[in-house]
Amino acid sequence: MSGTGLVAGLRQSASLAWRAIVQLKRNPWELGDYSFQPVLFLLLFVYVFGGAVAGSTDAYLTFMLPGIVVMNMMFVTVYVGHGLNTDLTSGYFDRLRALPVARWAPLAGRISADLVKQGWSIVLLLGLGWLMGFRMENPIWGLAGMVMLVLVFALAFSWVSVLVGVVARDPEHVQLFGFTALFPVTFVSNVFVPVETLPGWLQGIVMANPVSVLTDACRGLLLGGPWLHSALITLAWAAAITAVFAPLSLRALKRRLK
Amino acid sequence: MPSEPAIVASGLVKHFGATCAVDGVDLHVAQGQVLGLLGPNGAGKTTIVRMLATLSAPDAGQATVGGYDIVRQAHQVRGLIGLTGQFASVDNRLTGFENLILIARLLGQSRRQARSVAASLLERFDLTEAGDRPVQGYSGGMRRRLDLAASLVGSPRILFLDEPTTGLDPRARRQLWALIGERVAEGTTVLLTTQYLEEADALADDILVIDHGRVIAGGSPEALKQRIGTRTLEIRPASPDVLEATAGILAELAGLQPERQGGRLSVPAGDPALLSAVVRRLEEQGISPGELQLRSASLDEVFLALTGQAVEAEETET
Repeated sequence: MSGTGLVAGLRQSASLAWRAIVQLKRNPWELGDYSFQPVLFLLLFVYVFGGAVAGSTDAYLTFMLPGIVVMNMMFVTVYVGHGLNTDLTSGYFDRLRALPVARWAPLAGRISADLVKQGWSIVLLLGLGWLMGFRMENPIWGLAGMVMLVLVFALAFSWVSVLVGVVARDPEHVQLFGFTALFPVTFVSNVFVPVETLPGWLQGIVMANPVSVLTDACRGLLLGGPWLHSALITLAWAAAITAVFAPLSLRALKRRLK
Repeated sequence: MPSEPAIVASGLVKHFGATCAVDGVDLHVAQGQVLGLLGPNGAGKTTIVRMLATLSAPDAGQATVGGYDIVRQAHQVRGLIGLTGQFASVDNRLTGFENLILIARLLGQSRRQARSVAASLLERFDLTEAGDRPVQGYSGGMRRRLDLAASLVGSPRILFLDEPTTGLDPRARRQLWALIGERVAEGTTVLLTTQYLEEADALADDILVIDHGRVIAGGSPEALKQRIGTRTLEIRPASPDVLEATAGILAELAGLQPERQGGRLSVPAGDPALLSAVVRRLEEQGISPGELQLRSASLDEVFLALTGQAVEAEETET
């Protein structure tokens, strides 16, 4: 039956996650962002810049694939805020709130659907990378650890997206803000180039960027290098982002729904 | 318990920043009755419905819906109500069928139950054919029908309809009225907001006229109509020279100064005999009315009629 208990709430979240996945069928643009855009990035960067940056496309593919998985994860989280904002501006969120469902179910449903989308993007990128010649050192536990770490960070970073989704006037603004903020954050990192090639003042910023730290951990896990230190720092970042942005988002949501 | 009222509110107040959207509203709806809140845009009607539907907490006052307090027992209230309107919408990117299935699943129905409820609602609302298409391709009327269907998935005892037909063409409006009428015939209590006098007249047992967050008048549609006149007599004299003479005749026969707009004069025509009396008098004085018509009163005119005393008082002061 409907209710606010944990089991009922989880089932309601599952129904709402189903909704967000079904929506994809009708919005090829969004599906494109999860699929064609990262594929395009991977192909372009590897074959256009690979030789110049790393000496060969193979070497660059090995260097860049873990980073592009991380970068893509950041962009996919924008859709949590985008979807939430669409529901808030259209009034759909009110329809949900007028139903006897758990208050946390709409948000939990959206974030769970986001994790499914994240999983799809990771599989797609790693699959394509494999076809292009990428080989993992730790295809089982390294891969599992990397996917877990990326999803944990995605979960934490979703709260930033939720805040933007609650504050923004319309869905277009969410997208605009997401992309203008995420391009510098993901490019000023070690995703595309080795940090040693950057000017000294920039190296400090790049090394502090959680995107770089997570990318380091992913490289270590997939390619058999050191990873524990960067994985722990990533988890600390995830905890800090959640601790700051979850309360901010919920407070902003409460204010918007006054 | 048929004696227990479905909705009772007393002294509801809601502020948004410095503006007072709802300023002390009392209302009472008996079970199975339809109450219409009539008022212009921004009068506070939607805010009243949002508070009663548990979407917005009142700053002062209290209310019960189905016997449950809207603040302390919000969850129980949500289990009894259905909500349709300008602010509660359907998902454009799902099909009509998927929209209804989702609501049914959220209400705890089994898959099989959800499918059968969705299919029967689509049929009843003449949407079976469109049911498998995404809502973004629906016409305005189809969207509103689906919206109403979505609010009925849980067979609510109390239905809130916020401007259910705003923006629809007359045919789609009548179709929706008929569907709402069916629910009322089955015993559902309805609280309806509208900007159309005609709509309140067609659906409501009782009407409250809302302006600036306050109830300014109330009663049965018949009582209100008698008070304000639902029809308006409008005259455009053939020549501007006779404008004043025509205005004088209208004022004398209607007992009220006519509204002037460009070369047009209009007065509320509560008394059906007014038209023939005016025509006779114009003929006697040899004045030719270029245009003369009797039309339904607009909401503006209802307001003028209801607030007319204040306007007249201002005029006598100056």
